Amino acid sequence: MTMNPRVLLLAFAALLSSPLQSQDTSPKTPRQPAGSTKSAAAAKPQESEGQRVFQQNCSRCHNAPEGFSPSISGTIVRHMRVRASLSHHDEQELLHFMNP
Amino acid sequence: MARYDSNFKLSMALRGHVLVAFILGATVCASGQNVPLLSGGVGFVTNTNGGSTSYTPTIEPVLAMPLGQHFLIESRANLLESFAPNGGGQPGYNHTHFIGLSYLQGDYIVSPHLTIVGGSFLIPFNTYNERLTPLWISNFQATPLIFSLGNMSGGMATGGQVRGSLIARPKYSLDYAAYFSSRVGTEQFVAKRSSGVRTSLYLPKQRLEIGASYDRLLQGFPASHENFYGAHVWWEPSNTAFRLRSEFARGHHAQGYWIEADYRTQAFGGLDSWVGRIEPVFRMQQTFRRDTVVSDGLPLVNTQRADFGLDYNLPHNTRILTSYSRQFASNGNRNIWQTGIVYRFLFPTWKGK
Repeated sequence: MTMNPRVLLLAFAALLSSPLQSQDTSPKTPRQPAGSTKSAAAAKPQESEGQRVFQQNCSRCHNAPEGFSPSISGTIVRHMRVRASLSHHDEQELLHFMNP
Repeated sequence: MARYDSNFKLSMALRGHVLVAFILGATVCASGQNVPLLSGGVGFVTNTNGGSTSYTPTIEPVLAMPLGQHFLIESRANLLESFAPNGGGQPGYNHTHFIGLSYLQGDYIVSPHLTIVGGSFLIPFNTYNERLTPLWISNFQATPLIFSLGNMSGGMATGGQVRGSLIARPKYSLDYAAYFSSRVGTEQFVAKRSSGVRTSLYLPKQRLEIGASYDRLLQGFPASHENFYGAHVWWEPSNTAFRLRSEFARGHHAQGYWIEADYRTQAFGGLDSWVGRIEPVFRMQQTFRRDTVVSDGLPLVNTQRADFGLDYNLPHNTRILTSYSRQFASNGNRNIWQTGIVYRFLFPTWKGK
């Protein structure tokens, strides 16, 4: 027995439509990095430049780990600079965002 | 990656890894700069495929060590022990262990437009290999059926790579990566001779990424050199915790695609509420054989598979992963159940200033 691909695609479309409809009724807050970065973001009502860099690069693949030591924030940002081809300016903004 | 049956070899490989980390780490310590970090994931997963259940504890450590202002050394290893029932009607379980490096590379950051990578690295073909293979990131434990297409089966290359940003504007950005890999057959660094390129366009406002990949296998008889083509689309609309990811890959003998969607609601107290931590996931994938030459790791016949997952994001970097998959193929349908718990760790290798 093989499943009709159209049936599967229809099911997939139905799944997609559900969250997008509920999106309008949900609070307009993006998925935040957790831990120390979360508290930094919560203190600012407007999206900071560093938060924008995080949202556009890091959070495309993963959430921020919780509660890491400030001593390794520079290493994390260096790692992200390679992965996401960040500019030096973006690197500094991200570093400030993660370690305010 | 290499499979060992010898505890001695496993032990020696681990010692070598730690020794390299210690020596390089000591160099960084002396410079008084950013502290090297040890990150990664540890997990325990079960897999029931066609009525047979296996149990696999896994550790995936990641090491990242900056040297000076422009250099970074990074590595990821994979250590696991797999317990599977004896076949042939025999009672009891058999177990095998596995240890290997996913990558060990040095990155020299020349500018945002150019980073030179040398060593053993993940092949930049489509997105899954580089971004979603870590244990603590992937929504499903199983890799997509088309994973081996373009990733030269193992996903590792040994040689050089250049990557960076071609154009970065507020409304769009264009990235690239190009690599060449030599043929390597040592125990830790298995790679095929190949080369390839990937480019991707990202639209920040729409949070939409579209990319294309190409690589070519360059070993064996010239007639067996194979081209692989790939395309990916990621869409993560802003102000939601919804993500849509997809890939298409085409080789000389087979092709296929996968589409994955996941969502966390913010309607009941935000993402950190007990409801917001629930993450339903769905993935649809199909593979199609173009001929009967089986050399790419894809199923022998056209296959369709629907994966339904329900993950739960616990506090303190811990995730519970569950999924049910139904696979349809002309050589037999099957159910696949997977469960697991994964913890992500991240800490400095020593106390910094």
